[in-house]
Amino acid sequence: MNMLQNRNNRRFLQVIVLFLTLFVLSGVSLADHEHVRFGVTPTFLHDQHQLLAKWQLYLTKRLGRKVEFIQRDSYQETMDLMRLNQLDFAWVSDYPYLHLRDLVRLVVVPLYHGKPAYRSYLIVSSKDKTTRGYEDLRGKIFAFADPYSNTGYLSPRFEIKKMGEDPESYFLKTFFTWSHRKVIEAVASGLAHAGSVESYVWDTLVKVEPQISNNTRIVWQSPEYGFPPLVAHRLNVQESDFLEMQKLLMEMKNDPQGREILADLDLDGFSIQKPDLYQGVVEMMREFGEYSAP
Amino acid sequence: MIQRLFDLSLQTKIPLLGAILIIISTLSVSSVLMYLTYNDLKEALVTSSEGLGHTLSTTLAPTLLHGDVWRAFEIVRAPFAVSAPRNNIHPDTIVVISPDQKVFVSSDPQTFPMLSDISNYSEIFQATSKSDFSDNLTETSVLEPAGSEFLYILVPIKDGGLFLGTLILTHSRSGLNATFLDAAVQGAILELLVLAFLLPINWYWGQRMAHPLMTLALRMENIRNHPPEQLEIEVYDYRDELGRMFAAYNTMVEVLMEKAALEKKVISSERLAAVGRLTASIAHEINNPLSGMLTALDTLKQRGGLDDRTTHTLGLVERGLLQICDTVGALLVEARPQKRWLEKCDLEDVRTLLHPEIIKSQVQFDFMVDIPDRLPFPAGALRQILINLLHNAIEAAGIRENGWVRSSVVLLDDVLELRVSNNCETISSERLEHLFEPFVSFRAGGHGLGLWVTYQLVDQLGARIELANQSEQIEFIVRLPIPENRGNT
Repeated sequence: MNMLQNRNNRRFLQVIVLFLTLFVLSGVSLADHEHVRFGVTPTFLHDQHQLLAKWQLYLTKRLGRKVEFIQRDSYQETMDLMRLNQLDFAWVSDYPYLHLRDLVRLVVVPLYHGKPAYRSYLIVSSKDKTTRGYEDLRGKIFAFADPYSNTGYLSPRFEIKKMGEDPESYFLKTFFTWSHRKVIEAVASGLAHAGSVESYVWDTLVKVEPQISNNTRIVWQSPEYGFPPLVAHRLNVQESDFLEMQKLLMEMKNDPQGREILADLDLDGFSIQKPDLYQGVVEMMREFGEYSAP
Repeated sequence: MIQRLFDLSLQTKIPLLGAILIIISTLSVSSVLMYLTYNDLKEALVTSSEGLGHTLSTTLAPTLLHGDVWRAFEIVRAPFAVSAPRNNIHPDTIVVISPDQKVFVSSDPQTFPMLSDISNYSEIFQATSKSDFSDNLTETSVLEPAGSEFLYILVPIKDGGLFLGTLILTHSRSGLNATFLDAAVQGAILELLVLAFLLPINWYWGQRMAHPLMTLALRMENIRNHPPEQLEIEVYDYRDELGRMFAAYNTMVEVLMEKAALEKKVISSERLAAVGRLTASIAHEINNPLSGMLTALDTLKQRGGLDDRTTHTLGLVERGLLQICDTVGALLVEARPQKRWLEKCDLEDVRTLLHPEIIKSQVQFDFMVDIPDRLPFPAGALRQILINLLHNAIEAAGIRENGWVRSSVVLLDDVLELRVSNNCETISSERLEHLFEPFVSFRAGGHGLGLWVTYQLVDQLGARIELANQSEQIEFIVRLPIPENRGNT
């Protein structure tokens, strides 16, 4: 009985010490700014502001520090903020991550359908019954999501190049919608004949706003790529903060509130991955001369 | 047909014509209003669309400059967002045309796909010229191609003087027509309400106008068969022309009645005068040989030597002739100019003379005299008139219990007024008409000459005799004007 009590006491002390250590560390590391700046890109359903607010509140409560979500309309803007040391953490696409790989490091990678992976969907209007793939889209109008999106820009261009065609002249016209969701809208409305989107966004939209996604049809799916990761600024974020955030995110699936947010995000949880996960994207980038080994 | 319409009764015609007028005016007013409404609607549509066009063109300029199709699409689609207020003055489609005359973007990519040539849309293309899609288009222009379902508003998109493209807002006329139809239906409902209010008022007013006129027409139509009747004041109690006409009609009826009464009187007095003259001349004709016959008989009797039988026969003849003489004498009324004028004591004499008769009849007798001592009227004639009237009155009142006779002789200004009244049985109007004719009697034993003689005397004195006949009461009034040349003494 006494033994058990002593063990409990010791454990309690350990928790106290750990807590104090974390508290001191965090106080030191974040002395230059009071809150955590979390960049969000249009990698997911960008306009779910309520969900973001909920997640922000959740993180603030769990972290004991104010977490501020900073939303930007393009990957470029979020990347610029990161480069300008304006962000501590960010949820970016795989392609921007690889661009920023010297500046950021992987915190966690979301698990989508149990895997840290997603695909690129080639979609056309549901009225279009003939198109089977990129080969049928010569001279058409094509909607890209973002110049720094893998699934919405890099992957389709790679596929065209693989066909031996020049991605710059293959389509009659291309334009950017600056979000995956808007690519779906552009194809659904008939503005573009086809578009390339993240599987994650399209699948989520099917659940949330089927009236939009129902007007489109998937004609081709890319191989799996590493899921857009949550990254931390190498200089801005101290190791302890990095670990704390990683731990917090990893444990989200263990409490009901966290699970609720994950469900809203249509994710299963987070995982810790190595940069090798994005090797496929690296290959594609190399094809366009955009990746040079450090 | 039109003749038959105008022949209709006013009762039908006034409400009918009123209703036709009301319907025509309501229809014409509403037609004008609808025309104005349509124009207003169109103007509102064009104005609102021009406003929208200007706003959009300003916002679209950067997207054209940067070739940002998606932003441009979002801008042109914004007015069609589910949450945006929808109405029929909203454009149907918004199209942005780039200077190379191709669709840059449109709110409806299915109909106007990106990069499609403007010449694919023949209707717009026909209504416009190539210059409309170049920097010649300096300000908003409205195109209404004849026979087209659509109306187009063209707005140039410029930035710092650089022509970037043309914004086309299309409006379907059916939307405009639907809005107009809504307004028209509302207008029609209002119109029906107005009619529902006005038509009954019109009907009531028509009836009100027609009813008195119909009554008037009916009375006037029957004027030949019946004596005209006055219109009751309730029929139309206003002082407008109609009211004045009815008043005039009533005056006319009054005048006609008076005239009829006068004519009747004139006829009656003429008849009496004629009867008088005839009677007098017959009486004269009889009287002269009668006097001769009586003188001859008298002479024969005085000579004597007649047997009894002859004497008896002659007596019989003489009595018969004397009776004729009496009768004829009574018919020979003549108010001869007399030397003696009426004096107050003459009236006392009348009272004295009638006293025994009054006692016998047991009537209450009031007799009032208010005249000067002497008046320039023949005493005999006046005495005769008064005696005749009072005699008749006492006899008539004497039949009844509580019979009474009132009489007055009064000088009023220049008129001597004789009044004799009594209670009696009511006299029918038929009998009254023949009252002053000879041999008309109201009682057994009368020879019917008393009133006739009185009438003749009054007539000869240049006066009139009037009769006031009320229920169970009768009054004779004789007004004698004092002859001007004689004075009253």
